[in-house]
Amino acid sequence: MPDTAHMDDNVGREIENYTLNFGPQHPAAHGVLRLVLEMDGEVIDRCDPHIGLLHRGTEKLIEYKTYLQAIPYFDRLDYVSPMNQEQTFAIAIERLLGITPPKRAQYIRVMFGELTRILNHIMNIASYAMDVGAMTPFLWTFEEREKLMGFYDEVCGARLHANYIRPGGVSMDLPPGLMDRIKLWADNYPKMIDDLEGLLTENRIFKQRTVDIGVVSAEQAIAWSFSGPNLRASGLAWDLRKSQPYDSYEDFDFDIPITKHGDCYDRYLVRVEEMRQSVKIIQQCLEKMPGGPVRVNDRKVMSPPRGEMKTSMEALIHHFKLYTEGFKVPAGEIYACTEAPKGEFGVYLVADGTNKPYRCRIRAPGFVHLEAMDAMLRGHMLADVPAVLGSIDIVFGEVDR
Amino acid sequence: MTNATEKLREIAGVIASTQGADVVTADVVRGELIVNARAAAIVKVLTFLRDDPRMNFDQLVDICGADYPERAERLEVIYHLISMKQNLRVRIKVQTGEEGVVPTACGVWPSANWLEREVWDMYGVFFSDHPDLRRILTDYGFEGFPLRKDFPLTGYVEVRYDEDQKRVIYEPVKLAQDFRSFDFLSPWEGIQKILPGDEKAPPAPAKQGGA
Repeated sequence: MPDTAHMDDNVGREIENYTLNFGPQHPAAHGVLRLVLEMDGEVIDRCDPHIGLLHRGTEKLIEYKTYLQAIPYFDRLDYVSPMNQEQTFAIAIERLLGITPPKRAQYIRVMFGELTRILNHIMNIASYAMDVGAMTPFLWTFEEREKLMGFYDEVCGARLHANYIRPGGVSMDLPPGLMDRIKLWADNYPKMIDDLEGLLTENRIFKQRTVDIGVVSAEQAIAWSFSGPNLRASGLAWDLRKSQPYDSYEDFDFDIPITKHGDCYDRYLVRVEEMRQSVKIIQQCLEKMPGGPVRVNDRKVMSPPRGEMKTSMEALIHHFKLYTEGFKVPAGEIYACTEAPKGEFGVYLVADGTNKPYRCRIRAPGFVHLEAMDAMLRGHMLADVPAVLGSIDIVFGEVDR
Repeated sequence: MTNATEKLREIAGVIASTQGADVVTADVVRGELIVNARAAAIVKVLTFLRDDPRMNFDQLVDICGADYPERAERLEVIYHLISMKQNLRVRIKVQTGEEGVVPTACGVWPSANWLEREVWDMYGVFFSDHPDLRRILTDYGFEGFPLRKDFPLTGYVEVRYDEDQKRVIYEPVKLAQDFRSFDFLSPWEGIQKILPGDEKAPPAPAKQGGA
């Protein structure tokens, strides 16, 4: 090494890697995420996400609650797509109990599942666009979210934490007129997607920030346990609604959008197209909605109607027992999974024959997606962190559980 | 569904015949293939399930733990795999004791890394050769394994901001009222316990077939 002490301070000096803390309080972190980034100048060498800041011990809490009391916890996991998760838990319990909800209940579940998918995707696209610099989509889509949460409100009385889908059906039937209002909304919504696409899809700044950023090949996507839109953006046509249909998804005609490159831009495109497909499914639901009950006619699982309780002693006893002791699920284990908006949401339920789950493992898609952050970010610039983070659709309610 | 069950039975047969002593049982229950494997051989079994053309379980879905304190080897690690080509799923379970060691699956799937960290964090299952076995979800400096059945729901410590010390401090949990846990296991079926002097005559031996 030549003696450089006499030279200008910056010449010939090695710049060492340094560590940068991203979060835990950062507007682009989509919640509470702490990324410890090892930087070589502005290039990321290594990324170590520290998660668990929102850990509430959901799996432990569920072990201490009856099956019915556990449902609201599922709303609070991925809090932008509550009903899909309730649905997964309900399906797991139903399969252990050996009951099938009535057709109308299944169609309502599908319809609200797809409304929730749109709710989730517009939230993701909007906040993702805002992370990379576009403000307007955020304002526009929140108006739509407001309408969708209005539908939630009408059907269950809550805008976010629904507790609507119950084992054996749904908690109540649709109120009169709601189907017309959803139809009116569904007819107008594709126009909104067009407007949104007009702002983003060919937007030069948006493309510069997202094209060829965070590329994931099909092999990598499989190795990293990807699912949902992130998997389909890498070119794999895999959708549980098609391949392992649940709740009558086989009755509906829809396509699985895929793209080839697996970069941040493609993940955005897949979500936009999925919203169009969801509108298609919602419209089919509205057309084909069957009549009949929305709750399985089994008094040991679902409580009797209010009216009956006023006159029948037995109905009153059933109601009381169900909401204090709850129902018992025969011993056994099951893994139920659904295509939640973020990917495969699974519930591994072990029942021991009592009124509480022995073990309830929640398989959250976001957890493994976030794990791949390190592989996706290596060699990228610091400014790509929000783009990649936004594009894989992370919500900490489900990552930390 | 029956078609899938048929295929799973076939696969269960192949697993049982090729894996020998590494696999304890391979059964189809409720339409799900459940394989009980030996912990020491888990990497071999997982690699076989991934690479063998008859298996093709190419994606790891989940790794989780479970605790059964009454068993000799109380902890269980459960692997869920999926085959996208065959549209089938499999669940592999291994058992291990509190001091036991399970070889890591990180070499088979990179995504096993965090999933195993979570099992370590929640249940204290030690994964040998894991590249980075740190706690993942619990607090920095957390002690104990919270999802074990003998860990109390409330935990042992609670945090609060202390006005005098101007920082967040950890204290033992103080409950304002006892934790309520009800025994729901009796009433619906009626009282099982027989009061003294209230015994009935022993049931007559079952007659032909004993329907």
